Amino acid sequence: MIELTTVRSAGSETPSRPAAGGGREEQARMSNSRGTRQTARSRSIGPLFITPYVVFTLAFGVIPGLYAVYLAITDAQGGFAPTANFARVIDDFRFFSAARHVAAFVVIWLVALVVLVVLLAIVVHAIRVRWLSSTARLFFYIPGALAGASSVMLWLFVLDPVASPVGPLLRALGFDSFPSVIQPSHLPLIFAIIAFWTGAGGWIVVMYGALNNISTEIMEAARIDGASPVQIALHIQLPLLRKWIAYMAVLSLAAGTQLFVEPSLLSQASNGVVPNDYSLNQLAYQYAFDLNDFNGSAAISVLLLVVALLLSAVFVAKGGLFETEDA
Amino acid sequence: MNRIQPRRLVRQIGFLGVAGAAVVAALAGCSSSKSSSSNGAYGFPEAEQRKDSAIIVWVDSTRVPAVKAFQEANPSIKVKTVTYDGSSNGSNSFKTKMALYDRAGKGWPDVVFSSQNNDASWATRGTAGGQAFAARLDKGLIPSDTLSGFTPGALNPCTVDDKVYCLRNDLSQTVLWYNDTLLKQFGYSLPTTWEDYQALGEKVAKEHPGYIVGSAGDTFTPEVLMWSSKCQANDVTGPKAVTVNTDSAECKRMAALIDKLVADKGMTPLSVFTPEFVKEYTGKVLMMPGPAWYAGAIFNNPESLNVPKGQMGVAAPLPWKGEDAVAGNVGGGTWFLSSHSANLAAAAKFLEYVTTADAYQVDEAPGYPAYASAAAKWVSKQEQSGYFTTDLSALTAAAGKVWDGWGYPSYSQEAIWAKTMTPLLTSGKSIEDNLGAWGTAIKDQAQVAGYKVND
Repeated sequence: MIELTTVRSAGSETPSRPAAGGGREEQARMSNSRGTRQTARSRSIGPLFITPYVVFTLAFGVIPGLYAVYLAITDAQGGFAPTANFARVIDDFRFFSAARHVAAFVVIWLVALVVLVVLLAIVVHAIRVRWLSSTARLFFYIPGALAGASSVMLWLFVLDPVASPVGPLLRALGFDSFPSVIQPSHLPLIFAIIAFWTGAGGWIVVMYGALNNISTEIMEAARIDGASPVQIALHIQLPLLRKWIAYMAVLSLAAGTQLFVEPSLLSQASNGVVPNDYSLNQLAYQYAFDLNDFNGSAAISVLLLVVALLLSAVFVAKGGLFETEDA
Repeated sequence: MNRIQPRRLVRQIGFLGVAGAAVVAALAGCSSSKSSSSNGAYGFPEAEQRKDSAIIVWVDSTRVPAVKAFQEANPSIKVKTVTYDGSSNGSNSFKTKMALYDRAGKGWPDVVFSSQNNDASWATRGTAGGQAFAARLDKGLIPSDTLSGFTPGALNPCTVDDKVYCLRNDLSQTVLWYNDTLLKQFGYSLPTTWEDYQALGEKVAKEHPGYIVGSAGDTFTPEVLMWSSKCQANDVTGPKAVTVNTDSAECKRMAALIDKLVADKGMTPLSVFTPEFVKEYTGKVLMMPGPAWYAGAIFNNPESLNVPKGQMGVAAPLPWKGEDAVAGNVGGGTWFLSSHSANLAAAAKFLEYVTTADAYQVDEAPGYPAYASAAAKWVSKQEQSGYFTTDLSALTAAAGKVWDGWGYPSYSQEAIWAKTMTPLLTSGKSIEDNLGAWGTAIKDQAQVAGYKVND
């Protein structure tokens, strides 16, 4: 196996899909790592460039987050109640089933995303015919161009055997009506398929960009040493993609734990057969607007944040995301 | 390879922590407790009244003609109309928006129409010690003569602790709709009890496969079938107390009927609002127990079953053998008056007008009016259209028979049925065997919503 002492960053050229706010920060940091050539002038411009990001992060990320923390540790009258809200929501009979639903979805989705995206990116990258490769990338990317809710709307039709273009396939699998397709046990898989379909294309393009950044000399050397495409993929491309895979996992995890749009729309479309408290985020919504309990709602959000942060920390540590190239 | 310098990281985290604490402290300072003023004459603290101020009215698009009728009759009162979804299909937007206004401490509309009938359960209770949204109506705001003019039981969804907090727009009592032409063609007679109905359903399934006598695939199925069987699944005994007993004989007999007829395919597990239902059963619905609004929404609707004129008849709700018949109920909108209104007099006048005046309830309203004298005129107007083969006296009879053992709690019985029972029906499992699971789901939901579940 080839050990690398320096890993080139693939940051700035990558057509990253802004799946979540964190992406921009990461890119800004990565391009900053080329700091040695920076002049004093560009240094003074740097803060100007990141100002909009900082302002929006504060206004729509940090301050609402802190407000949620404040709500979670106070009662409805504003008195200090550090544990009552958490105890109440965890005691709710829907809490653990919602947590299980989200966990099942996130596991299926993340595994599918990591395995299939990397595989497809490497395959597309290996295609030597230029028009075929670019067409494949375009096809992968197109579903991602549809905004979240509208792509779920499209799936409402795909999943209905009466209206679906893949109706014969659904009927062959034994599903002859919409309610039979959306049986509760099928839902994590269905949501994972929808999320994969909408999100994976963008990541394939990102991974393709990262693969392009692997130095041709290394690839050349490996080929001369007699490495097969599979060996190259396993021993050169994969280790060099590690950071990018971790990056994808962190952002996807953040998006995945916040599962909301898919079950909400499916709940409306199925006349409530898919419950409106299927995911943790939906449960938080129910607390705020059905039970009129904003403190309980905030407690769920804070729990979700803590879990997502812990898991992200694991991915960041394992993926070496904060390692920098300058000595 | 370099990691981020630990000391810098610590400094950054420290800064975030300090900033966070500062924001939390600032927010804590902001939240002050609201004090309510002294009680007004109508039983709640009134806002300062301004006689000429415009009233803001929230209605769904179907109720816009009600506002227009009021404006024509009362040009001196300024009305601002806001069209919203009427809280329909479980959107809960009425409740959601008022919760936000409660937090903001301002912004409430003066009058709200809701297509749901369980809003009184939350609108009569303030959030965190604040003032409840709904104004009490029976302490002078609406004359008692007007209140007593409603069909008996019509104001039950508006009544909490024997106090009236809203006016009912329309009733949705369940009746037995049937296709008279098909019935005669098949040589069947109209069932007079649920037992007869079940026997007829089994017979139809055998002799005329493809034809149905009912449907059980909607979220409101329990309100059509379990309610009219006197199943004690939803007995609200106090403002925050409920009795749930789904294992009673009353629940079991109807569950067994549903199981038998769905298995025989005499009853469909499809929702009547799905394209599959319309495709499969146009011209094949022999009869169907259902709410009053099925007439316009299902039968006499070109986009649904589109049954031609002169075929449909309506019969009173069925009794079980040896019992008196009771009706279920599916919805029926309500009008609320805000206790925060700065023009209570005008808002009350509006509420009284839209629920009682002929200009709206008889001439324009699509549903069966809750106000008795308007209902009588509405029925005779519908009869004149000649669509039905029978008179509509069954509707009037059913209106007064809605069983009062089924209440109007803040949580949705429809949502509970949809997520626990509909998947069972779809996958061919028994309703009767799972009545216990249904009961547990109701009790769990009731407790989460702050109800005490009686033993």
